[in-house]
Amino acid sequence: MPATWIKNGRIIDPKNNRDETGDLFIVDGKISARPAQDILDTAEVIDASGLVVCPGLVDLHVHFRVPGQSHKETIRSGTSAAAAGGFTSVVCMPNTSPAVDSAGTVQLIKDVVHREAVVNVFPTGTITVGREGEALAPTGSLASSGIVAITDGGKCVQNAGLMRRAVQYAHMFDIPVIDHCQDYSLSGDGVMNEGLVSAKLGLRGLPKAAEDMIVSRDVILSTHTGAHIHLQHVSSKTAVEIIRRAKARGINVTAEVTPHHISLTDAEVESFNTNFKMNPPLRSEEDRIALLQALEDGTIDCIATGHAPHTDYEKDVEFDYAPFGVIGLETALSLTLAQLYRSERLSLIGALSLLTHRPAEILKLKKGTLSEGADADVTLFDLDETWVPQDKKFFSKSSNSPWIGQELTGKVKTTIVAGRVVFDGTRILAD
Amino acid sequence: MPWNRKDLITIEELSVDEINTLFETADAFKKVLGRKTAKTPALRGKHVVNLFFEPSTRTRVAFEMAAKRLSADVTSLDMKTSSATKGETLRDTVENIRALAADIIIIRHSAPGSAGYIAKILDIPVLNAGDGAHEHPTQALLDCFTLREKFGSLEGRKIAILGDILYSRVARSNIWAMKKLGAEVTLVGPSTLVPHEFEQFGVHVSHNLKSALADKDAVMLLRIQHERQNASAFPSLNEYTSMFGLNKERLAWLKKDAIIMHPGPINRGVEIDSELADSEQSVILEQVTNGLAVRMAGLYLCNGGSAEAVVTK
Ligand SMILES: [Zn+2]
Ligand SMILES: [Zn+2]
Repeated sequence: MPATWIKNGRIIDPKNNRDETGDLFIVDGKISARPAQDILDTAEVIDASGLVVCPGLVDLHVHFRVPGQSHKETIRSGTSAAAAGGFTSVVCMPNTSPAVDSAGTVQLIKDVVHREAVVNVFPTGTITVGREGEALAPTGSLASSGIVAITDGGKCVQNAGLMRRAVQYAHMFDIPVIDHCQDYSLSGDGVMNEGLVSAKLGLRGLPKAAEDMIVSRDVILSTHTGAHIHLQHVSSKTAVEIIRRAKARGINVTAEVTPHHISLTDAEVESFNTNFKMNPPLRSEEDRIALLQALEDGTIDCIATGHAPHTDYEKDVEFDYAPFGVIGLETALSLTLAQLYRSERLSLIGALSLLTHRPAEILKLKKGTLSEGADADVTLFDLDETWVPQDKKFFSKSSNSPWIGQELTGKVKTTIVAGRVVFDGTRILAD
Repeated sequence: MPWNRKDLITIEELSVDEINTLFETADAFKKVLGRKTAKTPALRGKHVVNLFFEPSTRTRVAFEMAAKRLSADVTSLDMKTSSATKGETLRDTVENIRALAADIIIIRHSAPGSAGYIAKILDIPVLNAGDGAHEHPTQALLDCFTLREKFGSLEGRKIAILGDILYSRVARSNIWAMKKLGAEVTLVGPSTLVPHEFEQFGVHVSHNLKSALADKDAVMLLRIQHERQNASAFPSLNEYTSMFGLNKERLAWLKKDAIIMHPGPINRGVEIDSELADSEQSVILEQVTNGLAVRMAGLYLCNGGSAEAVVTK
């Protein structure tokens, strides 16, 4: 593979607190110091003037629907969406069909990833067999087959005793447990945030207490086992406060938020547009501000999209019957920049750290940095270019996005994985 | 005062002028109903389809009779199971009915927002006969029409809505309608059914029946449904009745000539004592009669009719 010479970009590497205009070199798929002149002479040159050059983004939470639901997404379409959004590494959830509760299914996913993926894909396994919340899945053999964490992805183990054993057991293999925090006795058959808007619309509510209860439970389980629990898509102000206090006490929990929960509130549901139906639901403005503050002070560790593709015909139904979830890979960078950098809550380095080394460190992925010798996963983007997401123009197979027709700022121009350009700003370049 | 709407989906989106236009049209139809041949040709040749995904004989029959009084052909479909459980989408169902040359669709559905959803899909008038707990606009219009007949105007009137507010489309539509027409609204019932969020809509919320009923001009009762014990919002029907049931003694807490309303069907002995339901202060049957005129007005206006034209016919 020839070397790559990225010239004159604004190089931002949050992990090394680097923000300077200069050149970046890739040799043999790794970030390199300036190589010898004879290598430079034959290097592929990418002019990055006016662009930000940062580590390829890392998303700890995507749903790629393989195996079982390839009408929604495939590994090819999902990783294409990732590349178009500037992501070079994604962690996919095990709520597939069948669920990833055996080493065989992990192997199957790895085979498809090997054939189809254009970015790095890290699979997870389930906590319980079939995600049914009743019996522990074989965490040990899942771990040896290469999963990076266990989670019941989209479901929450309700039995606290079982969850405690899962956490203790996984800790033995140094495998983190990722949780979708929701107490079903409180959430019932709710479809949107419980509050003023649900009262008005007559839609059944998903109370914040359902999330807060399990966040508390997980903090307690982590306290008593020492195990690492990662809390997905935190959405409530009280949950943030619980996590803040847990971290102050040194408890081993980490947390993520989604771009949509920091950008939108449940007021959007007034349109009954099912692209605003998600779980946890969009909350109130007070919650949204609490999430932004939690990103500012480090209470919440990173941003993850929860990329959840559903077809248009599945979403084109009564609000009650639409599936939960929205896609997010292609819009995450713009939204993060808008809510954290442009709003002056964080520096550009600070905002990008939430999408690069910080998520990588949560699952100990050796990703998310431009340190010398690191894998050459690099994203180039134009900080100021505007674009409008359009139905049918997503690289994802699905277009269930709340942002269709809205102008966003910040556009990915080049995505490089292991030294190879996989997205050139308009097209996916596959091998 | 024009009516420029194809559909009647929510009270929330109606202006005071639109509500008054509908009332004037209903006034005219009520006169028609008083004639010997109580029928007008206004919708002759039109095909009205009643699409009920939730059973409700009352509302379905009321719409059916309203359409027939306007000389329309009527087909009523009781969709025993929701389209979703049959594997067909609501969009498919209504597009099929439209393709069979329906001219107006009246829909009752358990999902909030469903009536507005199909109104956006179809190019013909859609009338909401209740979408889950969201809205039931013709019920609120007939309720306020009845109050207007009694009091001349709702301006400054004090009205209590008593019972299951949280799950009630009737309550929501009435809150919007009564507020727009200048009434002061108090919601009363157990805290689990009358959440304080509603205060932000500009109404009072109370869990104390006595203080809530004091000096009210009217009390509107809502039907109480008691579900499975563990999902229920209150311990038992007996307990509900003992705390919030309307009886003779409690009636005295209201203004002397206050009226009692109920959208029906009534649980006699639960939300109201049987004798009160039949008392002189009860306007329950007048509500039913007014429902016919109001629904005629809704069908007629959404189909492009004007209030003036009814009067001259
Ligand atoms: Zn989830
Ligand atoms: Zn998820």
